[in-house]
Amino acid sequence: MKVRATQAILECLLEQDVDTVFGYPGGTILNLYDELYHYQDKIKHILTAHEQGASHAADGYARSTGKVGVCFATSGPGATNLTTGIATAYMDSSPVVFITCNVSEELLGRDSFQEVDITGIAMPITKATYLVRDPQTIPDVMRQAFAVAATGRPGPVLIDFLKNVTALNVMIDYEFIPWTENRNTDSIRELAVSHGLKAPEPDLNDIETLVELIAQAEKPLLICGGGVVRGRAHEQFREFAEKMDAPVAITVMGGGGFPGAHPLTTGMIGMHGTQASNVACNTCDLLIAVGCRFSDRVALKPTTFAQQAKIVHIDIDRSEIDKNVRTDHHIIGSAKRVLAELNQRLPQYDRTEWKEKILSLLEDQQIDEQEKLTPSQVLDTIEQAVPDGSIVATDVGQHQMWSIQHFHFQYPGQLLTSGGFGTMGFGLGAAIGAKVGNPDKVVIHTTGDGCFRMNCHELATVQYYNLPIITVVFNNGTLGMVRQWQHLIYQEHYSQTTLDRAPDFVKLAEAYGLKGKRVTNRQEMKEAMEEALTCGCGYVIDCIIDMDEMVRPMVPGGAHITDFLLK
Amino acid sequence: MKRTEFDTQKKYYTLSLLVQDIPGVLSQVARLFSRKGYNIESIVSGESNHPGQTRITIVIKGDELMVNQIAAQCRKLIPVQVVKILEEDTSVQRETALIKVMAVDRTTRDEVIQIANIFRANIIDVSRETLTVAAFGDHSKIKALIKLLGDFGILEMAKTGTLAIERGRSSIYDESKLREEYNYGKNVL
Repeated sequence: MKVRATQAILECLLEQDVDTVFGYPGGTILNLYDELYHYQDKIKHILTAHEQGASHAADGYARSTGKVGVCFATSGPGATNLTTGIATAYMDSSPVVFITCNVSEELLGRDSFQEVDITGIAMPITKATYLVRDPQTIPDVMRQAFAVAATGRPGPVLIDFLKNVTALNVMIDYEFIPWTENRNTDSIRELAVSHGLKAPEPDLNDIETLVELIAQAEKPLLICGGGVVRGRAHEQFREFAEKMDAPVAITVMGGGGFPGAHPLTTGMIGMHGTQASNVACNTCDLLIAVGCRFSDRVALKPTTFAQQAKIVHIDIDRSEIDKNVRTDHHIIGSAKRVLAELNQRLPQYDRTEWKEKILSLLEDQQIDEQEKLTPSQVLDTIEQAVPDGSIVATDVGQHQMWSIQHFHFQYPGQLLTSGGFGTMGFGLGAAIGAKVGNPDKVVIHTTGDGCFRMNCHELATVQYYNLPIITVVFNNGTLGMVRQWQHLIYQEHYSQTTLDRAPDFVKLAEAYGLKGKRVTNRQEMKEAMEEALTCGCGYVIDCIIDMDEMVRPMVPGGAHITDFLLK
Repeated sequence: MKRTEFDTQKKYYTLSLLVQDIPGVLSQVARLFSRKGYNIESIVSGESNHPGQTRITIVIKGDELMVNQIAAQCRKLIPVQVVKILEEDTSVQRETALIKVMAVDRTTRDEVIQIANIFRANIIDVSRETLTVAAFGDHSKIKALIKLLGDFGILEMAKTGTLAIERGRSSIYDESKLREEYNYGKNVL
């Protein structure tokens, strides 16, 4: 069947069950948006205020739904505005297909208006980039891009179409093949064969070896990493942990991979990890890390990290093995498959003594009853007000750590946070994506005054699409995390971190047609939450907290994991 | 069971890559090295015996852990099909150099020709003032020849990086457990 090239692009999205895209139009992508006009009833387009917001929204959509996110942008500045979002998705292995259009073939390479080599720019921050110069290749490229983004270790892919490729008079051969079948089309098969790709079946010998190691171990510790979340292996991990009867430390990216309120949980591990997690890491005799890359925020000092223990690494990506921390044994494969095989071979263990020794180090969450508002009061009020299973999107900094330490995440996709790239301004975009993808869930966006200022223009998107997202600003008038470092490490030289400046966030919310309230104590916070949950529109709660509040505990970067600077 | 031991001494390693012959693949590979902070000592790219496939040979200096890591990262690139680290004693390595030497008088010319002969190099161009020597050999041989010819004054020189291939029956197409593992990391269909 002959169809327009632009039609083929959108049909290929439908093949992948895409019904929502985020984006921002412009000169070179006009043809595609013209086609989108005819597909309004099939593909919902969310127009953001800025391309960066669109990129985070597509990312948040992907993380919260488990589907591939899609984001459109035009050439030049439109494309470069995506880059922070692409890098964020890449660092956290989130599957997003970014579609940009570039100038026409005859203008390419001539420094034309709004021309940029976006495939070159995006190369180090994507799994793959495609520059499409031949319209006939559109279906192949689109199908490949989705296959690459979603399979193996997921990640972003960028497709750049030249404008002439999308011209409305360009007709190509196209046949609709649903994604479940198009993975079997010749071109994808060819790709699979030429790259020697095989289904990820874990090596059973490797699994047997691990079973033996587990049998010898007396004090095992498990780490739940982002791979458990991305691979939606939470059920298998839970069964594994319960059979092992071992404490489970959770990384920032692993939030939701293992129930935060489970009796085996020792909480976060690493720089702001709990005493229980970090001490367990330092005293265990077998450390099994699942889908975790031992980043410098977890393995602060790789050479001494769990040096007394045998380290076993389960990961889908071979290049993660021995990258940051040297391991004793590894299994390559998806967390789901490896753990399922492992669970079949494991007996039920009882490690009461070891478990209790570690879990006794866990302190109960202290909700201080001070008169002025504190972060723990804010979080506790949120937790009590929202329904179970509400989604939390965070920005980056103190509020991020507080939020992750406080909330007990139960399922993958419940926590949306930029753990790897640490992108300030990620939260509101991600919350928009999450709300669009999960309209029935309450979406909380926790942010700081610094982060919120970066992308608060997306409140326009919140208002226009009537997305009742609750933004909670931890307003301490400073870049809190940086201030904390300046306080502890830089002799209190508060260089350029004090944010005693506009805007008034309540008025800002009102200017965008939303509601807002400034709160200074627990009672006001409680009232604001109640109003926010019932008002039916976006709501901004401006929580005034002290600027000297700190994230505890803290181990400085590069230090041994139990050398706490703050308890 | 012991933690994997790696040779921590810095030395030259040769990586042999089979990649898909598509635009930008060489820059994609080269950029990976620079962004990971590794210096490429030499890189050679050319055809392989399969159409549509390019073979790239890269020499880098580093320790074993670093070389394994960069090989693992290379394997993740979609157009990269095989990466093999070639051992020095189980592979043969050669370079080619074209060296244009100033040789205005007869004695100089004779000497240059003699040196070329000793190195089994060929004179491929002669003019009144210059001789162009084409040499083929391993890295140290080419280095020695360049040093000797330098005494006469080298007008210009063009040289390839190191080409390498395994000795005996082993080839880059061999299957191994390592190779299977890496395929998981790249992408699974």
